[in-house]
Amino acid sequence: MRSEYDLLVIGGGPGGAIAAKTAAEKGLNVCLIEKRPAIGAPVRCAEGIGRELLEEFIEPDERWISSEIDGAKIIAPNGTALVLEPQMAGNEVGYILDRKVFDRELVWQAAEAGSDVMVKTRAISPLMKNGKVGGAHLEFCGIQRDVRAEVVIAADGVESKFARWCGIDTTIPYRELATCAQYLLTNIDIEPRTTIFYLGNRIAPEGYVWVFPKGERSANVGIGISPADCGPGQRPRDLLDAFVKSNLPTGRPIECVVGGVPVCEPLKSTVSDGLMIVGDAARVSDPLTGGGIYNAMFTGKLAAEVASECISRGDCSQKALEKYDSGWRDSRMGKALARNYRIKEFFIKLSDEKLNLLVESAAKINLKEFSTLTLIKELIVRNPSLLLELKSLRDSIR
Amino acid sequence: MLVIHREICGYCGACVSVCPEGALELIDAYLEVDDNCISCGICTRACPLGALEVKDEE
Repeated sequence: MRSEYDLLVIGGGPGGAIAAKTAAEKGLNVCLIEKRPAIGAPVRCAEGIGRELLEEFIEPDERWISSEIDGAKIIAPNGTALVLEPQMAGNEVGYILDRKVFDRELVWQAAEAGSDVMVKTRAISPLMKNGKVGGAHLEFCGIQRDVRAEVVIAADGVESKFARWCGIDTTIPYRELATCAQYLLTNIDIEPRTTIFYLGNRIAPEGYVWVFPKGERSANVGIGISPADCGPGQRPRDLLDAFVKSNLPTGRPIECVVGGVPVCEPLKSTVSDGLMIVGDAARVSDPLTGGGIYNAMFTGKLAAEVASECISRGDCSQKALEKYDSGWRDSRMGKALARNYRIKEFFIKLSDEKLNLLVESAAKINLKEFSTLTLIKELIVRNPSLLLELKSLRDSIR
Repeated sequence: MLVIHREICGYCGACVSVCPEGALELIDAYLEVDDNCISCGICTRACPLGALEVKDEE
């Protein structure tokens, strides 16, 4: 590791790895640091990603794909199933990854592109130069050193600290952090190509339970709920255990995963002088689904591209880096975030009775021409009792 | 004061993200609490395992 780089990337998840790879390919001197001793572990993820979204970044490889998915089911509180077949599942067609291997592949590619990589290395504080971020004070196995950089990309995940140390308030409103628990469950009978989402205020208040296949007879079975509904005996782990007991009693866990997923709006600004924030650290995970892998890679790549331009022009001020911030907000991803936030706000307020009505009527609609707006329009026609709520949802996402 | 039940903690960092004071930090597998913790208890609700507890100071 040198003491000076063009770009320092903090965090070795998909956002950081793609940022480091992209920047190195553009000829920048890059260093990626990861505080944990291993890339990819421990997993903090349900590991699902849409096919087209993944393929924007990397050719699928069986070494890190656990399952291919071509359908989805949404289960209402009363058990009614809404089946999304392959031809209409759209974004549900995709993969369940093996993140331990996937993350390593991405970092390996960053290294191959020329990036330095340091594990078990954490940032302790930013290096400030004339009020601008100019690198970081790092610690590696008890040894501390300063690393200067033109730009720092904070890709330090949900537990991000770096941007906060630089003066940006990254606090997630506590109702808007989905608190999650998940087992990698084996010995269960599942449909190996179908993801299942269970809704209901009793099963998963303000959230859902997911079953994401990992091979023929195992799956990531997890739950995310709002902390507002949490308490002793009502924590994600408790609700997950209850779900498994009644729905997958033969299941045996071989891994227990816990974590938090931002389901809030993104940070007000994801840049400041010499600093860019990507992925979960920028709170750009999808507030409706909780999915964050693609959004992290998308923002990581864009951040590196803008950083490269700004570094070559010699201007890494907040104003120059704004191109990244407006770039992702104006992108398809940024617009989907804004829309899905509003849809999430609609869904978390629904009673189980209303959820039942919606799933029942959606199950009867011919979803061949699936789009969110046409679906809502159909639901309005079929559910006069939900007219007001659905109309305000429709108007908010137009 | 905030008590961390380390035998329960899954060191996931969910608590870190909701702390309004920035008093928590996850250093690999070790959750650290800073002096500026105000014992507001927000983190105790965000923890998926119930590893955090605010106790009255003796």
